[in-house]
Amino acid sequence: MKGITSFALALAAAFVVATAILAAQNPGAAPAAANAQAAPKGSAENGKKVFSSYGCYECHGYAAQGGGAGPRLAPRPIAFTAFSKYVRLPTGQMPPYTSKVVSDQELADIFAFLSSIPAAPAANTIPILTR
Amino acid sequence: MADSKSNQFDRRDFLKGAAAGAAALAATPEPAAAAPTQAQPPAVALPSAQARVAETQPVPLDIQALVEDHPGSDFMVDVLKHLGFEYVAANPGSSFRSLHESIVNYGGNKAPELLTCCHEESSAFMACGYAKVEGKPMAIMAHSTVGLQHASIGVYEAFGAGVPVFIILGNTIDAADRRPGVEWSHSAQDAASMVRDYTKWDDLPISLTHFAESAVRGYKIAMTPPMGPVVLVADSHLQEAGVEEHGPLRMPRLTLARPPAADSGAVAELAKLLVAAENPVLLGGQAIRTPEGMRLLIELAETLQAPVSGGKFPSRHPLRQGGGAIRNADLVVGLDVPDFWGTVNTYLDQHVRRVQSNTRPGVKLVSLTSGDLYLKSNYQNFQRYTEVDMAIAADPEATLPSLLEAVKRLVTPDRQRAFAERGKRIAAASAQALEQARTAATFGWNESPISVPRLTAELWNAIKDHDWANVGGVGGGPLWNIDKHYQTIDGGGVSAEGGDLPTAVGAALAHRKHGRLAVSIQKDGDFMYAPGALWTAAHHRIPFLSVMHNNRCYHQEVMHIQRMANRHQRGITNAGIGNRLDDPNIDFAAMARAMGVHGEGPITNPNDLGPAIRRAVDVVLKGEPALVDVVSQPR
Ligand code: HEC
Repeated sequence: MKGITSFALALAAAFVVATAILAAQNPGAAPAAANAQAAPKGSAENGKKVFSSYGCYECHGYAAQGGGAGPRLAPRPIAFTAFSKYVRLPTGQMPPYTSKVVSDQELADIFAFLSSIPAAPAANTIPILTR
Repeated sequence: MADSKSNQFDRRDFLKGAAAGAAALAATPEPAAAAPTQAQPPAVALPSAQARVAETQPVPLDIQALVEDHPGSDFMVDVLKHLGFEYVAANPGSSFRSLHESIVNYGGNKAPELLTCCHEESSAFMACGYAKVEGKPMAIMAHSTVGLQHASIGVYEAFGAGVPVFIILGNTIDAADRRPGVEWSHSAQDAASMVRDYTKWDDLPISLTHFAESAVRGYKIAMTPPMGPVVLVADSHLQEAGVEEHGPLRMPRLTLARPPAADSGAVAELAKLLVAAENPVLLGGQAIRTPEGMRLLIELAETLQAPVSGGKFPSRHPLRQGGGAIRNADLVVGLDVPDFWGTVNTYLDQHVRRVQSNTRPGVKLVSLTSGDLYLKSNYQNFQRYTEVDMAIAADPEATLPSLLEAVKRLVTPDRQRAFAERGKRIAAASAQALEQARTAATFGWNESPISVPRLTAELWNAIKDHDWANVGGVGGGPLWNIDKHYQTIDGGGVSAEGGDLPTAVGAALAHRKHGRLAVSIQKDGDFMYAPGALWTAAHHRIPFLSVMHNNRCYHQEVMHIQRMANRHQRGITNAGIGNRLDDPNIDFAAMARAMGVHGEGPITNPNDLGPAIRRAVDVVLKGEPALVDVVSQPR
């Protein structure tokens, strides 16, 4: 890592982005089952592979958990139409992934991977998080 | 003693002859001091016959020609002691060899004590870290051209962060006094010019009186907000020649300048704005230097029940807010905010640039910063011009007492009721933000590579019951309960690469005498610039814990290359080329152990992390440095 002296600053900047995203994310957040119905069939296994090789992990984390450079995408991803629209034509800091470099099928695979990510443990079940 | 040596011959000429004719000296007890001068081209006016006879007389090999009991560098040490330096950090260099020896022997290697550094940039960054904690400069010595070239990035960091650093630069200005060969390539006509764009002041004293005055003046300049680095060239002849050449010497008195506080009119106007605003936000920036400063900021925020975003303010105070606080603000007051424009705007890094305002229309912006009092033009670290409604050129901490008084005078019972309502809303939002941060940390909690929130939570769990201080740039945000001004050192700076480790070592050194447990989250790419600072920590028994956030790449650059590949619509799988730090993986624990530091890792299983950190903390509590290498998620 280089180029960032203060993670706190990066987080603060990300927070500004993330608040905007949260606003967009919450209404769009639909139960995984509903999403899966709307989404074209995809391979979660290949999705996991390309999520890493195409660089999604760089900003969203290997488990799409989110972090200092991008918001959480899973579990319970946003609806597929909103998802693919955002990846193709992002309106914020995210770099665009056009159909020239990521196929519709691969997007479906990524979406299947995101939909397969299980729920996280509740914060109050992790003792060191309550201190 | 001074008399016994005075003017028996020109010592400098003699030494030149002695250096050039070292072999002859060894062969014969009668040194031919005149021999080298014979080879010189004739001067414009030839000396008289009598003078030539006098000059070419063999100089008796007098012990006094070979020794100097009171070199000028002894006096320089007196000056350093007078200014209260605890430490001088240096990578050794011959241009300050006399000063080095004087520090060690004449000064007893105490106040200042010499710190052995493996790179001049480590010296400079260590001085930054030390000053950020101690609030006063550490001296560093750098070797003329090449040493300062190495040190320069740390000097730039000190300048950008507004940190006082006192740089003593060895150099040999007199061409006739330089040993042939390397001393020529290691000398400069204007040695400090290289860093003049990012230092506050420099000087090249030509006498010891001049040295003392400029040292005191430089110290004062470095310590006057906006603080910054200064350079004092210590000419090698001035160091090595006897003090008696300089006549009576005295130590000039140091009187630090009072930091510039805002004028009463500006304070009254700002107080009025703050009391009248419905949603004021204070940006903490780099305003706070001392516990008293933090107390005043807390009191100001509590009086107004206004949120504070950024800067040194307790992380779990109900009025602490994230960057999003400004979205709703009708007044934003930036206290020494290094990038005010970038805080109130989002700049979209897409092919066609776009700017989004982070504030609502009609918001009033006020800047209160000593940065307006001092700028240089070449390096652009001053950031984009911010259109503010009121600019107060003053030191925020020095202004806080009068601002607080002015605010208190204006608060009416009506406003107080409104403030209390606002305070309740903000407190509720802060409590919710803490819960959100905890929930956010649960995602990826059991992942390998280990998530950054897991890493910070495990570290927090191991330090929370100690008197701890974070000496790194990466912190735990709301997951850590930060309530003392010395617990963080981040903020400002120029994102200088390679600075994290030495900055942490310098800061940890400052914490040592207070018995604080110093910890840092270290970045792998940054560490690799000059890892020798870890050895310095081991050598000088500087206790601190370095937890390696090892994502095995220059990850910021990975994201940049990804952005370019996406924009150019090709090769989106290649962003790691030129950026990855794997194949082979770097074994940081082994590196630490090789330098005499407790090293553990690489830790890949999150369940192994807590115990490894606890073992390392035990080592640090015993007074030694330790490193835990954690294979981590990218961000
Ligand atoms: C260089 C960083 C970066 C990379 C690489 C990246 N993203 Fe993003 N992504 C972001 C950021 C930042 C956001 C937040 C919105 C914004 O600023 O664009 C975001 C937002 C999103 C969103 C919208 C989330 C929501 O809740 O509305 C989706 C979906 C998404 N990313 C998917 C992906 C996928 C899939 C990939 C890989 C094919 C990817 N991203 C790669 C940075 C990145």
